[in-house]
Amino acid sequence: ERTRSQLGAGLDNVLALGRTVDEETLDELEAVLLTADIGSSTTSEIMRNLRQRALREKATTDELKQMLKEELRAILDSVEQPTNHPTQAPEVIMMVGVNGTGKTTTSGKLAALYGTHGRKALLCAADTFRAAAIEQLEVWAQRSGVDIIKTKQGGDPSAALYDSLTAGKARGADIVIVDTAGRLHNKAGLMAELDKMRRTAQKLVPGAPHQVFLVLDATTGQNGMQQARLFTESAGVTGIVLTKLDGTAKGGIVIAIARELKLPVVFAGVGEKMEDILPFNSDAFLDSLLG
Amino acid sequence: MFENLQEKLQRAFKNLRGQGTITEENISEALREIRLALLESDVNLNVVKATIDHIREKALGTQVATALSPTEQIIKIVNDELIEILGKDTARFKFSSQPPTVILMAGLQGSGKTTSSGKLATWLKKGGHRPMLVSVDVYRPAAREQLAIVAKAVGAQIYTGKINDEEAGTPLVLRLAKEALREARNFGNDILLVDTAGRLGIDEALMDEMKQLKAALNPSEILFVADAMTGQDAVNSADAFHKQLGITGVILTKMDGDARGGAALSIRNVTGAPVKFLGTGEKPEQFEAFHPDRIVSRIMGMGDIATLLERA
Ligand SMILES: Nc1nc2c(ncn2[C@@H]2O[C@H](COP(=O)(O)OP(=O)(O)OP(=O)(O)O)[C@@H](O)[C@H]2O)c(=O)[nH]1
Ligand SMILES: Nc1nc2c(ncn2[C@@H]2O[C@H](COP(=O)(O)OP(=O)(O)OP(=O)(O)O)[C@@H](O)[C@H]2O)c(=O)[nH]1
Ligand SMILES: [Mg+2]
Ligand SMILES: [Mg+2]
Repeated sequence: ERTRSQLGAGLDNVLALGRTVDEETLDELEAVLLTADIGSSTTSEIMRNLRQRALREKATTDELKQMLKEELRAILDSVEQPTNHPTQAPEVIMMVGVNGTGKTTTSGKLAALYGTHGRKALLCAADTFRAAAIEQLEVWAQRSGVDIIKTKQGGDPSAALYDSLTAGKARGADIVIVDTAGRLHNKAGLMAELDKMRRTAQKLVPGAPHQVFLVLDATTGQNGMQQARLFTESAGVTGIVLTKLDGTAKGGIVIAIARELKLPVVFAGVGEKMEDILPFNSDAFLDSLLG
Repeated sequence: MFENLQEKLQRAFKNLRGQGTITEENISEALREIRLALLESDVNLNVVKATIDHIREKALGTQVATALSPTEQIIKIVNDELIEILGKDTARFKFSSQPPTVILMAGLQGSGKTTSSGKLATWLKKGGHRPMLVSVDVYRPAAREQLAIVAKAVGAQIYTGKINDEEAGTPLVLRLAKEALREARNFGNDILLVDTAGRLGIDEALMDEMKQLKAALNPSEILFVADAMTGQDAVNSADAFHKQLGITGVILTKMDGDARGGAALSIRNVTGAPVKFLGTGEKPEQFEAFHPDRIVSRIMGMGDIATLLERA
């Protein structure tokens, strides 16, 4: 059960009944946005629009809340969901991101989710670097009842990818989900490795990788913007999976990312179990962000 | 990447030179820049507010010394304030009078507990200690295998124990922990390092498990392992862990990235626990004792502030 942040009072407190919209209300509203990690520049732009409208229309607190939600939803919904449908099976989905965000877990959850939609997935263990990363994905393959292709620890991730795509084609997989090693976006050598993997995928399956999901931890602060920027440059991110939304973190940085980089959020991770993944819903997300 | 605080302050102060005193009026733009820099660095908003109030108080009425420009003067005040919040403590451990000294690693999912356990074992071995590792993460797939591989890589002893058909749960966690403690005693290890499963501070069942672990092991140190990329939520998680467990120190990981690491200030401010180590890479030796100047200069987006202020 999510608890309200003890520090940033939720929007309902700020907009308690009977309060008129004044500078103080607006300041408190600004605090709600800042403590949700939306960031100062996006927050000031939203507040500028909101302040003008609220004062001009002599808005009540209820109307103000509605306006804020509209502003935020407009940013999130202005970004289109990715629609890169494969012309030839398998569809290739690469999971990328900084260390520890939830790439392996999300790979396993997605394999299971696609399975329930009647699409046969195959997992590719392309994190050959981190200790027991392959064993971790193997457990997920078992849980979700899908095949896994791996090489040995320390092997070339592109080779693991090559083997997986070959197997995927031979076995008639609908989707190949590629779990990559966590890497920090400021490490050029590691980022170049992702580019190499993309080229390998492209050689085996036209148009691959069809989706590249940046797995972003909801606790991430302003650094999330830089992650999104640099992973998009090197790996061609098509969408975001926002994980760990079952905690107290709000994940507001995705609003700033949507505004600046036009990247959509595709899935939300809400726990450590196989079924703890949801298609992203901006309404539900905003309710929890502003609540 | 960003304009650093010095450049911003210089702009804010371009009219101040020659006026002699920092006043409410001429400092307001500078304070706004400082506030933004702190927020961009992920320092929690409430901590930012308190810090800005302090800085304003200190700065007001300060005579602009001849040796320092107003910009430098403010930079010095900000620098001193941030260092004061972070504290000067370095890596020092409380050792138990009755070995083994138990160190409990705690934190959110994926923050770097297992990796840091291996790093700490390496660091302790260098200091002449004989640490034993144990993982009581019976929940995450391959978590115990991960620590076993890490332990082997750094040449540290590990207690793996046996798990038969037992359900993953607190009784199993407690059994493994107690066995490891006995094993460490038998082998004459002076330190037992306990790697735990990642958990949310609001997960009552798992936080209760952590309290039971604490009661069973009587650890000298409970280290909160936190990711340097953490945003505003750092205060919530740190506060939850501290209130329920009483953390004794912090390891800030992934400092090899380009996050500014303002979470360090938030965590220190809300818990009072010192940052003891920084994780600076995925390899066992990429681990450093904490020095506050490093994070302060990152937050301010400036290089060596001490050198700049040498004239002071
Ligand atoms: N609470 C919660 N925990 C999650 C979620 N997704 C992943 N985790 C946990 O976060 C931790 C890291 O997840 P992984 O899947 O190993 O992350 P990763 O990105 O593959 O990590 P690296 O490969 O080391 O970079 C694990 O303890 C997961 O169980 C989520 O949505 N909610
Ligand atoms: N670049 C970098 N990566 C790190 C650092 N510390 C840990 N990591 C990486 O972060 C990821 C998560 O580390 P773990 O040690 O598995 O984290 P954990 O807290 O044990 O995770 P759970 O047990 O799943 O909660 C791995 O990919 C590590 O290699 C660091 O200082 N720098
Ligand atoms: Mg992984
Ligand atoms: Mg671990």
